[in-house]
Amino acid sequence: MAGETIHKKREKGKTMRRVTSLVAIAVVSGLALTGCSSSSSAEPTKVTMWSHAAGNEQEIATVEEAIKDFNASQTDYKVVLEKFPQESYNDSIAAAATSDTLPCIVDVDGPIMPNWAWAGYMKPISISSELENSLLAGAKGYYNGELYSAGAWDAALGILTRASYLEAIGARVPTVDAPWTQAEFDKVLADLDASGDFDYAIDWGNGWTGEWFPYAYSPLLQSFGGDLIDRDTFESADGVVNGAEAVAFGEWFQGTFSKGYANKKQTGDRTEFVNGTIAIQYNGNWAVKDAYDKYGDDLLILPPVDFGNGPKIGAASWQFGVSSSCGETESAGANAFIEYILQDKYIVAFANRIGLIPATAAASAEVPNYAPGGAFAGFVDFSNDFAVKRPETPAYLFISSAFEKAVADIINGADVQRSLDTAADAIDGDLADNNYYK
Amino acid sequence: MKEKLAETGRKMNAVRLPFLEQTLVAREARAGVYYVLPAVLLLLVFLVTPVILAFTLGFTDARLSSPNPIQMTGMDNFSQLLKVAKLDMQQASGDENDLYDKVREQTKPNSGSEYEGMQILSESVSDDKKSGSYILAGDPLFWKSLKNTLYFALIVAPLQGGFALLLALLVNSKLKGRVFFRTVYFLPVVTSMVVVSILWLFMYEESGLVNVVLGSVIPGYQPISFLGNTTTAMPAIMVMSIWQGVGFHMLIWLSGLQTIPGELYEAAKVDGANSLKQFQHVTWPGLRKTFIFILVTISIAALGLFTQINVMTQGGPLDSTTTLVYHAYREGFRNQRIGYSSAIAIAFFAIVVTVSIVQRRLTRDRD
Repeated sequence: MAGETIHKKREKGKTMRRVTSLVAIAVVSGLALTGCSSSSSAEPTKVTMWSHAAGNEQEIATVEEAIKDFNASQTDYKVVLEKFPQESYNDSIAAAATSDTLPCIVDVDGPIMPNWAWAGYMKPISISSELENSLLAGAKGYYNGELYSAGAWDAALGILTRASYLEAIGARVPTVDAPWTQAEFDKVLADLDASGDFDYAIDWGNGWTGEWFPYAYSPLLQSFGGDLIDRDTFESADGVVNGAEAVAFGEWFQGTFSKGYANKKQTGDRTEFVNGTIAIQYNGNWAVKDAYDKYGDDLLILPPVDFGNGPKIGAASWQFGVSSSCGETESAGANAFIEYILQDKYIVAFANRIGLIPATAAASAEVPNYAPGGAFAGFVDFSNDFAVKRPETPAYLFISSAFEKAVADIINGADVQRSLDTAADAIDGDLADNNYYK
Repeated sequence: MKEKLAETGRKMNAVRLPFLEQTLVAREARAGVYYVLPAVLLLLVFLVTPVILAFTLGFTDARLSSPNPIQMTGMDNFSQLLKVAKLDMQQASGDENDLYDKVREQTKPNSGSEYEGMQILSESVSDDKKSGSYILAGDPLFWKSLKNTLYFALIVAPLQGGFALLLALLVNSKLKGRVFFRTVYFLPVVTSMVVVSILWLFMYEESGLVNVVLGSVIPGYQPISFLGNTTTAMPAIMVMSIWQGVGFHMLIWLSGLQTIPGELYEAAKVDGANSLKQFQHVTWPGLRKTFIFILVTISIAALGLFTQINVMTQGGPLDSTTTLVYHAYREGFRNQRIGYSSAIAIAFFAIVVTVSIVQRRLTRDRD
């Protein structure tokens, strides 16, 4: 009896094992199949592309449209898209670079490009010089004198408020030629605050974190006469990010919080301006649509304040580039696609759908809001007149982090000189640690 | 089922089939290997490998992205992490800033001084501002993070464990609708911490729910920006964390409570023990093992505080909520210093192990 049972069990065990090994083989071969991408000569070369814009339906839709059109327009290449959420995109690229599985076409945020190029993730792109020349400066990324990335749009910062608010306090409406001075702006903030109509006079956007801090606040620093790093050598930040001008910026910026004009702990949704509880919003052009829908012609898009060295805004947004692990044939396809997607037709589509500034003048003219006289045309002027790129150095990632920390501390009342000194020392230490990123 | 197996065993013993027995044992052993294999593989890939990597990288200057080859730097990371020094400064003028400038001359990169690369952790300046004594640290944020982490764990572990026990006792009684309450208390646990953090971020705002409620209860109440204030930020995060995690530990207490045999309570009642005495002499001793488990798990979880900080405060305001794990994350991913970040992780590991060992010692069974 017992022997029989055991025998049966054993038989069952054998079949079980056979089943498991079959499953295992199936799984392994399945993995192998997906991993392999052999193609016969008749098939178009596969060109992989990663995008940071998962979840941003309008942006992705335009990218997908361009890919579909591109794949249909020729038979040599086939672009295949993979989408990532923005928060994890940069980490995914770093991970892919480590494991040598980078896609061919990458999306890259303008200021980060030099770091990726230095790290060997990317190689220069080649597009027609005609296209290269037609693009806005903020839509092109150069490293060591070579073009590494090009994009379909740029973003711009501005001051949003309402004509009726300024009228009520008797303030002048500034223009690109005559922006507010520091004294004027101080009075505007004080008067708005004193009016008692608002919780806060200004929303600086300090509820946002990360790259927003250097993007939004380093132009203020630059208008005061400071900067993030010495741009002649890119070898030291001491005396630049913590010099007298930088301290003046810090003291002034801190003052807007300590005087109660701005909220130290702002939440990230930034709906206060549209809800009417904050009078001025310092924001990018991507946010202007909601405000325009709400306030219509009463909405003012004003140039940033001139703190002594002219108004400044940040430049360079997301752009397209080619990864260094992209083979020769694939690279040709990648460059061809970048040229393809930078046609005015797609630039116009991006601008209409996501509200960013078209990368070429010809495209701008076709976008009603950005065409001369359009509702948001001011941003195009700011972009042309005031744009300063964040320092084009591989050290930028670290600089961005150190500056963010310093500004966050300054907002919360830390000693300005010391916070900026800490940032300067951290940046100089990092530069030395990395052999000045040579 | 059990009896059947036992019977088979007895029969086999009676029959004595040594060959069959042996193969059976061998086959069982092999089956055992197959059963643990998936778990072992997963642990190897996702636990052992990262731990080995962290321990190795902690002694290098590895960067997240860099074309430069990784170099062994020995104990450099640890000496930066743990280095603390005292510096006394004198000067003639009565300006505090001059004192600070003199200190920074020493601590600046490339200063060549032994204090190069260090920063001020704390200071005491004499009244006439002519002399000052400075505590310098290679990484002040590490010490601040350590302090905040221990502060969080010391408050949260007993409070969360205590509240959880209270809730467990409540939902263990034969109240009507106790299943409903169990579910309600457990709800925050199954909600993602990220979601909870974002919701509480809004609730803690100056014009948020918490302030509105407090304002309607307390006359003359001035709204506080809970997370924007160095003194209230950490306590605010503690309250939220306890609220989120208490349900889980309630469930564990509950399972402990249900292992205590009802006869013990009956006997205690017969002896005339009131409910307080019952708790003291029956419930609490019966929960000893559960207590140790809860103490250790809450402590470890509390020491690992990260998500709330990352979503709600990013370590601010003024470093009042930065924690060890957050500091390691920031150094590794934002500042790209994977080697240094690994060194922080090793230090964190040492701290957690020490705390666990101390707790085990203190709670070791006396019987």
